[in-house]
Amino acid sequence: MNPLRTLSVNGQVALLFVVLFGVLVLVSLGVLVLSLRASGQTLSEAQRDRQQRLLRDLRAMWLGSTVFWLAWVSGPLGATLAFSLFSFFALREFITLVKTRRGDHRSLLLAFFGALPLQYLLVGTRAFDLFTVFVPVYVFLAIPVASALAGDPERFLERNAKIQWGIMVCVYGLSHAPALLLLQLPAYADRGAFLLFFLVMATAAAQIAQELASRWLRRRPLARQIDRSFSWRAWLIGLWSAAAVGAALFWITPVDPGRAAVMAAVAGGCGTLGELVMRALKKDAGVRFWGNRSSVTGAVGLLDRVAPLCFAAPVFFHFVRWYLV
Amino acid sequence: MSRADLMGLLLAFIARLITGAQGHWKGCPPKAEQRIYFANHQSHLDWVLIWAALPRELRARTRPIAARDYWTSTPFKTWLTTAVFNAVYVARQRSDEQDPLEPLVRALEGGDTLVIFPEGTRSNRGEPQAFKSGLFHLAEMFPGVQLIPAWIDNVQRVMPKGEVVPVPILCTVTFGTPLNLQPGEDKREFLDRARAAVLAARPGRA
Repeated sequence: MNPLRTLSVNGQVALLFVVLFGVLVLVSLGVLVLSLRASGQTLSEAQRDRQQRLLRDLRAMWLGSTVFWLAWVSGPLGATLAFSLFSFFALREFITLVKTRRGDHRSLLLAFFGALPLQYLLVGTRAFDLFTVFVPVYVFLAIPVASALAGDPERFLERNAKIQWGIMVCVYGLSHAPALLLLQLPAYADRGAFLLFFLVMATAAAQIAQELASRWLRRRPLARQIDRSFSWRAWLIGLWSAAAVGAALFWITPVDPGRAAVMAAVAGGCGTLGELVMRALKKDAGVRFWGNRSSVTGAVGLLDRVAPLCFAAPVFFHFVRWYLV
Repeated sequence: MSRADLMGLLLAFIARLITGAQGHWKGCPPKAEQRIYFANHQSHLDWVLIWAALPRELRARTRPIAARDYWTSTPFKTWLTTAVFNAVYVARQRSDEQDPLEPLVRALEGGDTLVIFPEGTRSNRGEPQAFKSGLFHLAEMFPGVQLIPAWIDNVQRVMPKGEVVPVPILCTVTFGTPLNLQPGEDKREFLDRARAAVLAARPGRA
């Protein structure tokens, strides 16, 4: 019998975190050693750039893992609070970069202080039926009503679309991450952390593999204006990598390797496509990445990190419920 | 820690939560020396933003200017401006016997740092209006005090005129290169130069 199966659920989850933080410590130590070794040499601009990006990514991973862990140990309340903060910051960043008008003030207040907390309240209380329809049904009506009452007809549709979209991505999409954490599947109770971990691993694998593949393949980009490296082949490689990672991680899911691979492929494929969409959006807003230092905001680039998750999580959540229940 | 200190920390925390209140020190480092910060004025939040963007240890000696009639009208407002922000009160109506700059002069003589909005009123046209002459007189009287231009960006979107609840939108405060009064410089010339320095601190739009 598998020794892992003999552990209690909590023991298994604890083991997951030990492994996760262990890997992070190892990677950080590796980076530290490398930077110590390189400290004698003078670095070229590109090298320094790469090093800084690596450090930033590493810091983001530490932060993400810590939040993940805190979300787990503090239960439904903590998970909901942690992710609602993420949502808040992501939406703040999004709204900063899409231009809004003065007439949008009330709708924005409704989005930040109405839709966002309510959506997370629904997650926290596990009211999943209302949770899936709350934003697309009720908020969808409430926001344009508030806008119309503000009495500014100029570019009405565009302004409302921007706010709706921001809510959809930053609130609705991201709120599915704690929802996975809190999801109680039959015969899989209290193991939501595994599902969230599985989702994050799958999207990350797809992202990294696609990035490497597109560098290595150098195919003609599909949509040059939006992304210079996106091609179907690279995307498929990302998809297959996610599937492979998913199959390898099948033991933390309630299903067999084949089905785990399908689940991971769905998550990974959606995540990378979501990234492409986010890139188009950034091009439209006129920034290279959200944390662009020279832009008006001084934003920290949180959206960049969570965008694939925002797009993958709702699809994954729905897929899991439909596929596994 | 007193109640006023806690209130200050709370306000700075809220300002950061809502706007980020990031200070970008482009033209000079944050330093504990006597300074006059002067900035564009678009919203009621401007002072809190600059104050929150400063490192905490500099906040205690950095004082805003407040209109006496408005900011001492209730006990809470008085407490807020006196205990928390240590504001310099000025009279809005000009009276013959008192120089309106006199309280500011006294504060500067005491070694405090001031934050002033030389436009006098809030403007919402994007570009700041012409500067009032107070800045010039202070520069003339205190040549040893550094004059730092600052541009507060995006704050008009956070709380447009007539609204009371702020919307979370990221704002930055960019501090520019210190300015000096040239020997023999004309008042208008200096004020225009000061206004240009504030505009120059505006972050480039991507």
